[in-house]
Amino acid sequence: MALLSVRNLHARVGDKDILKGIDLEVGAGEVHAIMGPNGSGKSTLASVLAGRDAYEVTKGEVLLDGKPLLELAPEARAAEGVFLAFQYPVEIPGVGNLHFLRTALNAQRRVKGLEELDAMDFLQMAKEKSKLVQLDAAFMNRSVNEGFSGGEKKRNEIFQMAVLEPRLAILDETDSGLDIDALRTVAGGVNGLRSPQRAMVVITHYQRLLDYIVPDKVHVMAGGRIIRSGGRELALELEEKGYGWLGLQDGKGAATKGGEARR
Amino acid sequence: MTTDTLQELTRRPYAAGFVSAVEADTFPPGLNEDVIRALSEKKGEPPFLLEWRLKSYRHWLTLREPTWQAVTYKPIDYQAISYYSAPRFKPKKDSLDEVDPEILRTYEKLGIPLVEQQRLQNVAVDAVFDSVSVATTFKDKLAKAGVIFCSFSEAVREHPELLRKYLGSVVPHSDNFFAALNSAVFSDGSFVYIPKGVRCPMELSTYFRINAAETGQFERTLIVADEGSYVSYLEGCTAPQRDTNQLHAAVVELVALEGATIKYSTVQNWYPGDAEGKGGIYNFVTKRGIAHKRAKISWTQVETGSAITWKYPSVILKGDDSVGEFYSVALTNNLQQADTGTKMVHLGKNTRSTIVSKGISAGRGQNTYRGLVKVLKSAENARNYTQCDSLLLGDKCGAHTVPYIEVKNASAQVEHEASTSKIGEDQLFYCRQRGISQEDAVSMIVNGFCRQVFKELPMEFAVEAQKLLGVSLEGSVG
Repeated sequence: MALLSVRNLHARVGDKDILKGIDLEVGAGEVHAIMGPNGSGKSTLASVLAGRDAYEVTKGEVLLDGKPLLELAPEARAAEGVFLAFQYPVEIPGVGNLHFLRTALNAQRRVKGLEELDAMDFLQMAKEKSKLVQLDAAFMNRSVNEGFSGGEKKRNEIFQMAVLEPRLAILDETDSGLDIDALRTVAGGVNGLRSPQRAMVVITHYQRLLDYIVPDKVHVMAGGRIIRSGGRELALELEEKGYGWLGLQDGKGAATKGGEARR
Repeated sequence: MTTDTLQELTRRPYAAGFVSAVEADTFPPGLNEDVIRALSEKKGEPPFLLEWRLKSYRHWLTLREPTWQAVTYKPIDYQAISYYSAPRFKPKKDSLDEVDPEILRTYEKLGIPLVEQQRLQNVAVDAVFDSVSVATTFKDKLAKAGVIFCSFSEAVREHPELLRKYLGSVVPHSDNFFAALNSAVFSDGSFVYIPKGVRCPMELSTYFRINAAETGQFERTLIVADEGSYVSYLEGCTAPQRDTNQLHAAVVELVALEGATIKYSTVQNWYPGDAEGKGGIYNFVTKRGIAHKRAKISWTQVETGSAITWKYPSVILKGDDSVGEFYSVALTNNLQQADTGTKMVHLGKNTRSTIVSKGISAGRGQNTYRGLVKVLKSAENARNYTQCDSLLLGDKCGAHTVPYIEVKNASAQVEHEASTSKIGEDQLFYCRQRGISQEDAVSMIVNGFCRQVFKELPMEFAVEAQKLLGVSLEGSVG
């Protein structure tokens, strides 16, 4: 049984249909990349899986470990092991990074019937995990994402993922806004968290990220559907030929290495 | 997590809204010189005080209610208010035995035990019920340190010389409409005197409770910190839930003599009215301190209650090297309106002031920060730092910032920073995606926003304030 099964998923915002029948199976231990031009519905898929309210699912179902996911509130999905690394991590002034993360972890542990971690145990664990993405102690006591650089925000996302140990990690354009060094650090962190028990869905516009996080499968989305799936070579082919190769419009010059067109 | 859910979240019950069945001695409504004479006689006041009341009343008659504040309310009928209400017993200060057990229960229910064995550790409490002070705890311990902490009425009897010297010295009887009214009809309140060089051995606290209907509460607090002394003082306030509005017009005067420090903290939770804006306290309060040479006055307030809040705790920085601080959290929910801020008036050289104001608006609440920083010609090298932040929950509330800056000395440094932000869907979703429930997320975000102010509160009250904000925003999640 696949860890994540998405079946004929349709979703919309207001009157606008965005996802028009997504089918996706991701097994435990696998990393799948989802690529596609702007507006193809990649980020919407991530948001729908995590349970953002603005999106209405009109058809289809999503199973996590065989259990229906869509009727759960976002926090319940988190406790079931769904983690979304945000494209634009949110700032929460005055709330310490570690306090936030401990509150989150303990909320999830309560749902699972586990004992809450006290401040000392948590601190020790957090310190250990922070090495993965090279975050220092001073950084941990700052307010959540406040005044962080783009790279720090993305590293913080991966750090949170390391602490929360999700079953399913969805990385939404984690490469956007990163210079090459930050990209290497973040990708290194992600690779360090690959595990036979965990599935990852890596959403990206550019193939560049996939040089560092090598996927087991690549899917290309367009117009709210997955129009092609293949192995790693599909991403390389896209890079070479551009989205135009699949008959797709992409104003930003497609999947080539051409640096960051977007923030 | 749409606006609807946020509004659900910001609906809450008012836990302190009960009424106590206490027999009271209440004046019939109405105000004239005879009422003031009767009030003064009832309290056995010396002639100078009656004269002062009458002078204030006559001046009040010449004043008009202020209209510059950004709040709207139905006109107040000053003749429909009763100006005196006292629980029917003879309060004896050294024993709680004669206090109506119903009153003791009231304070217990509010989490302020007055009974000996349950008293708050290291916090002396003066409990004011309607118009009179009913009990003051830890008097003996304070007396040993030479500290005077008693009800205003007792101070009138026991320390008339101190009262005569300082009453009206910071907020004159003619100061403003509400201060003049208070000066004419004030019923009770707290008096504190800290002798030279004494560090008050415990936190002092006054707990105000309005119980009777159709009465106004007009208390006065006077704190005098003599040279080189230190005191930390806290006040808390609640009132029953009623359909009608009740007027609360208090005056607080602080005198910090050379080298003294006064830290004054308020956790105000008057009944705010219901979700439709019915009922609630009209809170029109004048608070001001005067800081002499090297003295420091610090105001910290957490305002979550009242239908209307009109309040500008101020510091007159008279002495050289004196310091004024103002830390404020003001929450308006439903139809609450707050127009609050501070005045820092720099007279002395090298005077410094800090203002940190955090306004939170939810529901259809309207929150205005109004502040004045005034640097006079004599204030060489004065410095001020002001930070005003507003947080909006939902899209039907409002936040306004009205800073006035007047500088008459070119050596002054005045800084002003302001921000407005919204608890958005994004912040809430981010927290929930990590596993934190919606209610906990709102409370966490709001508390984070207020952190700078909460850390100024004494420990016990910081916890209370955090809880209060939590309760104030609590509700069923839709």
